[in-house]
Amino acid sequence: MDLCVPNFLSPLAMSASHSHSPAPQDASHENHGAHDQAAEAAHIAAHLGAYIKVGVGLLVLTGITVGLSYVDFGSRSMNIIVGMIVATIKASMVAAIFMHLKGEKMTIWRFLIMTGIFAMGLFFLTFLAHSDPITGTSYSTH
Amino acid sequence: MSNLITKYFPFFTDKEVPHTVSARPDTGLYSAKLGIWLFLASEVMLFGGLFSAYIFLRIGSEPGYWPAGLLNVPVGTMNTAILIVSSITVVMAWAALKMRQLGKYKLYMLVTILCGLIFLTVKLSYEWPAKFNHFGVFIKKEAASKYEDFLGNKHLQEAGQNPRWEISGHLLDAPKGSHYAHQAEHNAEHFGHETGRHDAVTPAEDDYVIQLDAVNANPTDKNNDRPHFWPVPMSTKLAVISAADVESASVFAPRHSTYFATYFLITGLHGLHVLGGILVFLYLWLPFPGGTKLYKTNPEHLANRVEIAGLFWHFVDLVWIFVFPIFYLL
Repeated sequence: MDLCVPNFLSPLAMSASHSHSPAPQDASHENHGAHDQAAEAAHIAAHLGAYIKVGVGLLVLTGITVGLSYVDFGSRSMNIIVGMIVATIKASMVAAIFMHLKGEKMTIWRFLIMTGIFAMGLFFLTFLAHSDPITGTSYSTH
Repeated sequence: MSNLITKYFPFFTDKEVPHTVSARPDTGLYSAKLGIWLFLASEVMLFGGLFSAYIFLRIGSEPGYWPAGLLNVPVGTMNTAILIVSSITVVMAWAALKMRQLGKYKLYMLVTILCGLIFLTVKLSYEWPAKFNHFGVFIKKEAASKYEDFLGNKHLQEAGQNPRWEISGHLLDAPKGSHYAHQAEHNAEHFGHETGRHDAVTPAEDDYVIQLDAVNANPTDKNNDRPHFWPVPMSTKLAVISAADVESASVFAPRHSTYFATYFLITGLHGLHVLGGILVFLYLWLPFPGGTKLYKTNPEHLANRVEIAGLFWHFVDLVWIFVFPIFYLL
């Protein structure tokens, strides 16, 4: 069964686990019968409200991001960390709900996880600005 | 000709291609879905590289050389909201097609396209030009004390803030033969009357004359220590700066600083993505064979095309969710 539902990326408690994927569970069957289509349409109709809610949530979080950036959290780095946390929550909402990653096929998850690992490698490179493990040099920061 | 198109670009036609609707048995997905996610994975690496460069440059920048509060936050917030709304409408457009409501689909798609166009228009006709019309000089550190009235570094040091090395505003006079002499002349005509500059100062031939931003006009004002949400109107005060004291002088363009170099690169690439999304949406919205005409023969196929284009659009929105805070707010 490859209809794995990784919930860890979804911060919203969209409690009912479901799949937006139009693909039938039995991939071998070919014809979308009228019945299938109607069932799918009803399924989607039930989720329209959720899309609006997530959208409104994103707008609210945008306001929160702007507001928080004018709060002094002690240092600029602290503000950056707070801002990035909110941005990550927003991005997860877009990916999980709008992009249907919540309930997406494992095939897609597999190579997205690989992409994530490589992207993290890319970001890790920036730490070499602090210290060079090959020469053992440590560059002090300001 | 038409044969060539069908052969090499079948997606521009209504020709049957396998697994546009039904799932491939091995992947469990219709093929375009797999394709778009592979493409988005490569996009993650593309933008990831640029964000990584941003972090590298920012960490490595000397104190006082990474500016804050130079962008218009209310306008940026509005543009963020517009992109989010377009993300909602595109998913609604897809849902409408799934429910076989062509009229609603067309309406939602139209709103999406308009949102994208507003976003680009604001960026290209307002935000960017406002920057190209703004000018800043970085003062050499050894000459900074001469310009303390505009930099306020004693005050900043007491407040525990990074030093300030830049004096910015509208350039009203540039050194003779300078790259910016023409722009200065143009600005003097447009803004000079506000300041009555000819009475106020008599610059030498190699001086810059700048109508100051509020932050340089009152550098010791505590209110200027942190950026404001609403842009502060420019002062009518003038600064006369000798070219010999200037480390670098530039309009707010990529050459100005690493900040603006990364800003224009990343928002420019993002803008190109918005443009690409709009073009694809237009294609799917108009009665092309692969656009709304496809609805008559295979509505599910059209719905899938909209889903794919929507996935790309959501990704573009997702990138902006990070671009907005790192350049406008933090």
